Amino acid sequence: MSAQPVIPDYGDPSACVARDATFCTDWFGDHWWNLFWPALVQHLELTLIAVVAGFVLAVVAAVLCHHKSWLAAPVSGVTSFLYTVPPLALFQLLVPVTGFSVLTVETALVLYSLYLLFTTILTGLREVPEDAVRAARGMGLTRWQILTKVELRLAVPSLISGLRVTTVMTIGIVAIAAYVVDQGLGSLILKALQSPFNTQFIGAGALAVALALAADGVLVLAGRLLTPWARTRRAA
Amino acid sequence: MTQAGPETPAGAQDIVFDHVVKTYPNATVPAVDDLSLTVPAGEICVLLGPSGSGKTTALMMVNRLAEITGGDIRIGGRSILDLDPIRLRRSIGYVIQQTGLFPHLTIAENVATVPKVLGWDKKRLRERVGELLELVGLPAGEYGRRYPAQLSGGQRQRVGIARALAADPPVMLMDEPFGALDPITREHVQDEFLALHARIRKTVIFVSHDIDEAVKMGDRIAIFREGGKLAQYDTPRTLLKEPADAFVARFVGADRGLKRLTLTRLADLADAGALTPARDADAALPQLAADASLRSALSLMVAEGTDAVRVTEPRGPADGSDGTGPVLGVASLDAVRKAGAA
Repeated sequence: MSAQPVIPDYGDPSACVARDATFCTDWFGDHWWNLFWPALVQHLELTLIAVVAGFVLAVVAAVLCHHKSWLAAPVSGVTSFLYTVPPLALFQLLVPVTGFSVLTVETALVLYSLYLLFTTILTGLREVPEDAVRAARGMGLTRWQILTKVELRLAVPSLISGLRVTTVMTIGIVAIAAYVVDQGLGSLILKALQSPFNTQFIGAGALAVALALAADGVLVLAGRLLTPWARTRRAA
Repeated sequence: MTQAGPETPAGAQDIVFDHVVKTYPNATVPAVDDLSLTVPAGEICVLLGPSGSGKTTALMMVNRLAEITGGDIRIGGRSILDLDPIRLRRSIGYVIQQTGLFPHLTIAENVATVPKVLGWDKKRLRERVGELLELVGLPAGEYGRRYPAQLSGGQRQRVGIARALAADPPVMLMDEPFGALDPITREHVQDEFLALHARIRKTVIFVSHDIDEAVKMGDRIAIFREGGKLAQYDTPRTLLKEPADAFVARFVGADRGLKRLTLTRLADLADAGALTPARDADAALPQLAADASLRSALSLMVAEGTDAVRVTEPRGPADGSDGTGPVLGVASLDAVRKAGAA
């Protein structure tokens, strides 16, 4: 798919590179700004767009299904079917429609994210105590106020757990998206796969892992900040 | 503000059920069948009955959580159908079992819910919340920032009541509000609510399935039978003395005579001059404070095997005494029986 040479010309080799060591820190450092950092940013961008878009769609779908429960089974069926298609196959299916483009990648990523997000959000909404919703109605809150001030707020722990799994999964699939667009850490890994020189492939792989861990950490933290009430339960 | 003079609570309003019918979609029989009753302003009306008798439906029709399918309900002379349901609900206090407090909001935020959606400014909101939490004995300084999970069941129920009172509604609906509390806490919260009600005088509709609670809380009791039919609507005293039919008699229980004794206090006997003066020989009799009910007096006589109790002036521990005051007189079994039959 990529017309570029399998082993790019990176200039004069350092002693470490010449020795063909497993991982060359100096080479990694030298190529941080021109190679790894841009790929990392692209990777994060591709992930964020997909997760945010998937989240918005999943929230809308879950809210609709929460109010019209007959919708839940078909929506759940379609999203879980999409989730079972192998990512490479889904990319391949979309290429004739949207080409080798970011749009193809994002479409596939969003379709993947829907199942986990939809399921966790709907579960969260269904677990909101009935008493709280009945009291809210009885006090004269509008449906929109009940949704935004009560139901979605109480579903935050579920929203966060859905986002955590989905984000980590998406970071993984974005690495495969390099088959479609020359972007992200996956692109560095793909180009280095055929090469006997391992630093680029190990470095990019490690960054993908680090990105997943960091994103997960940020979401855990956000969840704590958004649910101050949840921590008091143990103290009570 | 053109309003002058001291601030008065919103005047209570009467609630009139006028041939109200509720038939749920796809149901063959109505949940509430031709209900007509008037709850006078400032009174507590208890809707009592077995499950499936339509008492909760009757309550939920008042704030249009259930829409009536026939007849009309008027609050202060105004049909509830003339108001937008959202606005109607904001003008009615609503308390449910388990309180329905929002677990993700602090106590202060919970209480502020309705005033907030009504658009009160921050200062007025904070003052009102402070005032209400003070009223139910949970000072905002200590409890305002806590979350519901950090409170006991009884405290949560008090917050539920404070929240319902937030926008000073003339009418309150309470759906088995104390049903989930343990018996001792329930007694306590019932007493507190009665004391509070004596001060704020809202018109209250209170759903219960417990006859003892109904007798204690209600100025009037409406007993429902299966099929959403009103079996009897009367004061507790009349209801216990003259049940309208076999259903009501069975529902209030074979011990309705004893239940009626709870409605009269020894102090009432003293006021009616039905106590005999205490003699030296009476010193051995068991004694009871005058704020106890005739039922407690009878119970004490049965337990102690006597036919009279000595009645003392009620004194709280706050007076520094041991809880008993000077002897007012002696209540005999006969006096208790006569008062109970009256």
